[in-house]
Amino acid sequence: MSSPKKIPITVDGKKYDVPKNINLVEALSSQGIRVPTLCWYKGMDDCLGTCRVCTVNVNGRPSAACTLNTTEEMKIEFDTSELNDLRKSIIELLFVEGNHYCPSCEKSGDCLLQAEAQALEMTHSRFPYEFNHYEIDYSGEMIILERNRCVHCKRCTELFTNDDGEKVFSFIGKGKDTQVVINKETEKSLSKHKAQEAMDLCPVGAILVKGEGFKTPYGERKFEKEPLWIKK
Amino acid sequence: MTKKKIIIDPVSRVEGHGRVTIHLNDKDELDDAKLHIVEFRGFEKFVQGRPYWEAPVLVQRLCGICPVSHHLCAAKAIDQVVGVNDETITPSAAKLRRLMHYGQVLQSHALHYFYLAAPDLLLGMNSEVETRNIIGLAQMNQDLAKKGILLRKFGQEIIRATAGKKIHGISAVPGGVHKSLSTDEIDSFKRGGDIPSINEVISWCTEVLDHYKTYHRKNQSEILSFDQLESNYLSLIGKNGELELYHGNLRCISATGKKVLDDMNYLKYLDVYQEDVKEWSYMKFPFLKHLGRENGWVRVGPLARLNTCEYIDSPLAQKELEDFRSHNGRFPHGTLLYHWARLIEILHCAEKIQLLLDDPDVTKDDLMAKGNRESEGIGFLEAPRGTLIHHYKVAPDDQITKCNLIVSTTHNNIAMNKSVTQRAHHIWSKHKERGEEFLNEIEVAIRAYDPCLSCATHAIGQMPLKIEIRNNENDLIRTIER
Repeated sequence: MSSPKKIPITVDGKKYDVPKNINLVEALSSQGIRVPTLCWYKGMDDCLGTCRVCTVNVNGRPSAACTLNTTEEMKIEFDTSELNDLRKSIIELLFVEGNHYCPSCEKSGDCLLQAEAQALEMTHSRFPYEFNHYEIDYSGEMIILERNRCVHCKRCTELFTNDDGEKVFSFIGKGKDTQVVINKETEKSLSKHKAQEAMDLCPVGAILVKGEGFKTPYGERKFEKEPLWIKK
Repeated sequence: MTKKKIIIDPVSRVEGHGRVTIHLNDKDELDDAKLHIVEFRGFEKFVQGRPYWEAPVLVQRLCGICPVSHHLCAAKAIDQVVGVNDETITPSAAKLRRLMHYGQVLQSHALHYFYLAAPDLLLGMNSEVETRNIIGLAQMNQDLAKKGILLRKFGQEIIRATAGKKIHGISAVPGGVHKSLSTDEIDSFKRGGDIPSINEVISWCTEVLDHYKTYHRKNQSEILSFDQLESNYLSLIGKNGELELYHGNLRCISATGKKVLDDMNYLKYLDVYQEDVKEWSYMKFPFLKHLGRENGWVRVGPLARLNTCEYIDSPLAQKELEDFRSHNGRFPHGTLLYHWARLIEILHCAEKIQLLLDDPDVTKDDLMAKGNRESEGIGFLEAPRGTLIHHYKVAPDDQITKCNLIVSTTHNNIAMNKSVTQRAHHIWSKHKERGEEFLNEIEVAIRAYDPCLSCATHAIGQMPLKIEIRNNENDLIRTIER
């Protein structure tokens, strides 16, 4: 099998040769440029395009990098003060819309939102906190849905199924009232392993496995071992 | 008739924020004095609805000085929710938790003695306010101050090794702990380096006690006459009547040493305990039901523990206890004796830490126990400042539905109010100006209890202190500021 055709692109004025027609986040990553993302992760087939944290300028136009594939002569702006601030502001908006109390969250240290906020050097939010009320759903057999932390990335609703291939999570409501719900019938059959898989898939601490928490000591949690930062 | 009020706000060199009001009658004579706790925290409410395993991590956030106490007390309570108790928890988990707790008591006591209390004792209650602090102490006795700081650091490092962080660790989980100690970590405490070795710590603790006792002998009459408060004393107690900081039965004795609670199982605490509320303070006023509101109040903390226990099961601390009792009698009531008692407990903790560092169980991986799920859990612990109570109810779906926290300082609430009133009466005619010296002598009485008024972090340095004299119309007549 021949290797994919390489095409030239420009990132922040510097030329790179990358495979043609691959996901732009992945293409940049292959060149050592880590684009912040919440909904996208390496290896996923189709992008979700929900979080917009991966926004870059492509040929002068702001676009979510995870929604684009590489094409010839793409001119990308990534590491500019304006774009870094834009990405940071998106993270800040997620913090003020939800209720995120990292000190007592069991996903702390393993939370992608927290890690990206640290990588973007967020120290506070420029936006006022909304203190919205969210119900925590304890009705599942294996899983608790902690909606205070949900960032509506769609990872669980689009990508997660039980062992029979059935979806467990879905969205209800519209706009500001959108929320994730559990399908109690399909959730019932989840093994502990699958429940843990759902928790790991969630970029924040919105999906919790019942009866367990804080299993990993300080220093051994995911982003303590491999902290994120924007590679300059 | 015009009534006046003197307000000390905030009380300084204590953890958290409190205010003292001294009420005068129309002849400018002292009428009454009150210690008000002016912060509302609300932890009991907002822990409701959270998953039960979150409690040990969440509730410890109510304190930056003794989070370990809340972390462990909540863990003990939640252990019961997962069907684990002191008998069924693994030896490794029990010992690692104890090690963490001894480190916590050691560092908290060292913080209080050297940073908060010693400046009053060793520099003088009426010394210059600018230098009446740890910096002034270091200028007077550099070696003592340095040892105090390093003793605290040693305790903090024990916490870091066992809990993961010096403040707000997460290792105590329902049914056990999630990490043991490595041999490298143990060696670092035995070897010393940036921190003193455990042998040095024990040696320094005895030095500090000798230093205190020299001070005590020179100033005995002032110390004992400062505030004598006959009270009940409450604490956990070991199976054989020994001093017990982590787990035991509940003992309460009267001022004369008569058992008021005879080593009862603390799970039945609601049978004997009741809490009163006053409109002028956010802190509750607990009392023993069978003794009533007037007589059922207790004192807790180091002095209470030394009074309730029959002996200490670590040799050097036991020797110091004998010395303490030979000087002060079997059931002393002097409020300033809390400081001496605190130093004996530091030594006890250091001795216990030494034993645990030699115990192979703290390096083993048998860290978690399991049992049958229960709907309720009660944890008791002797925190540095006294008996700490955590009580949770958990629904079948795992959410906490009820939480009751009675923190150590709450037990001492009535006692502190009485000490403030007694001290104010005592010095009323001595300090007619009601200036800095007057203020500080009131604060010294509160400080002896090492209250954690909001269970909040404490900042080094001088805190603003203001006295306002107001008439009964609440008009400001005079303000005195530091």
